[in-house]
Amino acid sequence: MTALSFLRQMLQDVRQQKLRTALTVLGITWGTVSVSLLVAFGEGLEARIRANQRGLGENIVIAWPSRTSLPWEGLGKGRRIRITEEDIEALRREIPEARFSGEMSREKSTFRRERVRITPEISANSPIFAAMRNIIPAAGGRYVNDLDLDRRRRVVFLGDKLKQDLFGDEEAVGKTVMLDNVPFLVVGVMEKKAQDSSYSGRDEGKAFIPETTFRGLFSERYLENFIFQAANAAATPDVTRRVYEVLARRHKFDPADKEAIGMWDTSEGEKFFAIFFGTFRAFLAIIGSFTLVVGGIGVSNIMYVVVEERTREIGVKLAVGAKPAWIQRQFLAETLTLTAVGGVCGLVVTLGFLAVFPLLGLDEYVGTPQASPLVVATTTLLLGVIGMVAGWFPARRASLLDPVIALKLA
Amino acid sequence: MTAEQPLIELQGVRKVYSTGRLEVEALRGIDLDVHRNEYVAIVGPSGSGKSTLMNILGCLDTPSAGRYTLGGETVGGLDRNRLAEIRNRHIGFVFQNFNLLPYASALENVELPLLFAGVSARERHERAAAMLERVDLANRMDHKPTELSGGQMQRVAIARALVNRPTILLADEPTGNLDSASGKAIVSLFEELHAAGQTIVLITHDAGIARLANRVVRVQDGTIVEDVRAAA
Repeated sequence: MTALSFLRQMLQDVRQQKLRTALTVLGITWGTVSVSLLVAFGEGLEARIRANQRGLGENIVIAWPSRTSLPWEGLGKGRRIRITEEDIEALRREIPEARFSGEMSREKSTFRRERVRITPEISANSPIFAAMRNIIPAAGGRYVNDLDLDRRRRVVFLGDKLKQDLFGDEEAVGKTVMLDNVPFLVVGVMEKKAQDSSYSGRDEGKAFIPETTFRGLFSERYLENFIFQAANAAATPDVTRRVYEVLARRHKFDPADKEAIGMWDTSEGEKFFAIFFGTFRAFLAIIGSFTLVVGGIGVSNIMYVVVEERTREIGVKLAVGAKPAWIQRQFLAETLTLTAVGGVCGLVVTLGFLAVFPLLGLDEYVGTPQASPLVVATTTLLLGVIGMVAGWFPARRASLLDPVIALKLA
Repeated sequence: MTAEQPLIELQGVRKVYSTGRLEVEALRGIDLDVHRNEYVAIVGPSGSGKSTLMNILGCLDTPSAGRYTLGGETVGGLDRNRLAEIRNRHIGFVFQNFNLLPYASALENVELPLLFAGVSARERHERAAAMLERVDLANRMDHKPTELSGGQMQRVAIARALVNRPTILLADEPTGNLDSASGKAIVSLFEELHAAGQTIVLITHDAGIARLANRVVRVQDGTIVEDVRAAA
C-alpha cells in the first residue's frame, strides 16, 4: 500500500490543484533549465576557446634570438645572438625530454599557379613542428618529413586558406606550384583548425617547406625563432631554464639574461584560462542556482499549504500509530517527487535546446553548449539539495503536529 | 477480577490548557481503573472534560499532572515516538466523524495501522480483509469512503481500530453521526466484541447506549461524579 497509496495521494493532490501543481513544477523546470543551460554554455565556450588556443600549440614556448642586455665574461651588452640549426640539435641532445623545432620565415617570395600570384608567409621548419603546433594534414596529404629534410626536397605543405586561394576547390596534393620560378610539389594541405593567437600570421595562410630546402634556396643560416614544448605545463619552467643554460654556454652570454632570447610561454595563458574558467563556471552555476532556489521556495510554500490542507490526514495517521518521522518522510518524499518531475522536465527542455542549438551556426563565436556529465551532475545535485531543503521545513511542521489539534481541526 | 492488575490506571490526572493568559483546567484529578474485558461508558455534558479524558486514555494527549499506567507501563513522560507505538499496538480509536482517509479504499484504510506496525504487505492485506469480513464489509473492500454509507464508514473505522488487536478499544461518540438504524448496528457490534473479550471504553450522550455498558462513569466539570457498575 505504501508506494501505491502514496502515489495515488499525490495524483489526487495534483488533480485537485492542477494549476497550482503545474506552476510549482514550472518553477523548478525553469530553474533547472537556467542552471543546466548556463553551465552547458560555459562548458561550450570553454571548449571553443581551448580549441582556439590549441591552434597555436599546447604549452609551447616561442623563442626569439635577440641582443644581450648584460655584459658577460668581458663581452659587452647589446651583442646580437644568432641561433642556427646546430643549436637546435644541441638542445635536442641535452634536453631530450622536450621537443624543439627551429623556424625560418620569409614573406618576399611569390607563389604562382596559373594566373594566381600570392606572396604568403613561408615557414621553414622540421617535421616535429607540425605535431607541436597541432598542424594536421587533411586526408590524402602529409606534412614535411625527415626524408624531405635530408634530401632538401622542394616540397610544400599549404595552409588551408592558402590552398583555397591557389587552387580553389581543386585537389592540390600532387600538383606543382612555382615559388620564385622554382617548382615545388604540394604534399599536403592543413586540416582546418581554430587558432586565436599567432605571432606571424595564422597557420591557415602559410606555406611550410623543409628548413634545409629553405636554407639552400635563400642562403639563410640563422633561425628567425624556435619553439619548444615540455612534456607538460608543469615542466615548462625547468625546460626553459635549461634552454637558457645551453644557449648561454654555446653563445657566451649570461644564463640570467632573459633579453638575449625573448620567450613567450603560452602555458602561462593556459594557467590563466584554467583559473578564469573555473571561476566563470562557478559564477554561471551560482547565477543559475539562484533561479532554482526561487523555484525551490515556491515548492516549499506550496508544501506548507499542502500540509495545512492535509492536517486531518496527518492527525488520523498519528492517531493510528504513525511515528512523526514517518510523516516527515512522506512529505519530504512528495517534495522530492515534485522537484524531480520539474527537474526532469527542465533537463528535457535543455536537451531539446542543445539539440537545436548547433543549427543556429553560432559555434564559431560561442562554442556549442554541451550536455556533459558535469552539466547533468551539477543540475541533479542542486535539484536534490534544493528539494531536500524545500521539503524539510514543511515536512518537519507536519511531523510536529499535535494529534489532538490535527484531529480537532477536521 | 479485582485482584488482577487493572489495564488502565489513572491517579490524580489533571489537564490544564493554557490559551494565552487564560488557563482552563479540563480535568481536575481523575482516578479511574479499567479492568480487562470491561465495557465502560463515559457520559457527561459537553465541556465536562470527557473528550480530554478520552484523548489522554488514547495517548493522543498527555496529562499535565498525575499518573497514567497502561498495561503496567507508565505513559507519562514518554516521547512522541513511544506514544505513537503505544497508540499503534495497544489502542484502537473510533471517532465520531470516522476519520477515514478519503483517497484510500476501505481495505487500505484498515491496513494503515499494520503499515505503521511494520507488518509485511501480504499479511497486512490478509488481516485487513479478515477484519472487514468480521464487520460484514467483505463486499466493500475496494470502495472509497465516499462510496460508503455512514454506518459502513464507521464499521470500516472499527475494523481499522481492531486490526492490530489493541488492548483497549476507545470510541468517542461512535454513533453521533449515524441514523438510528446504523447506530443500533454499531452498538450491537460493540456488544459482540465485548462478548468476545474486548475491553471497550466509549463516550456517549445516548443514555440508551450507556445502559448497555457494564459500567457507567459520569464526568462533570473535570471530575468523576458517579461510577456505577451494572449488576452483572
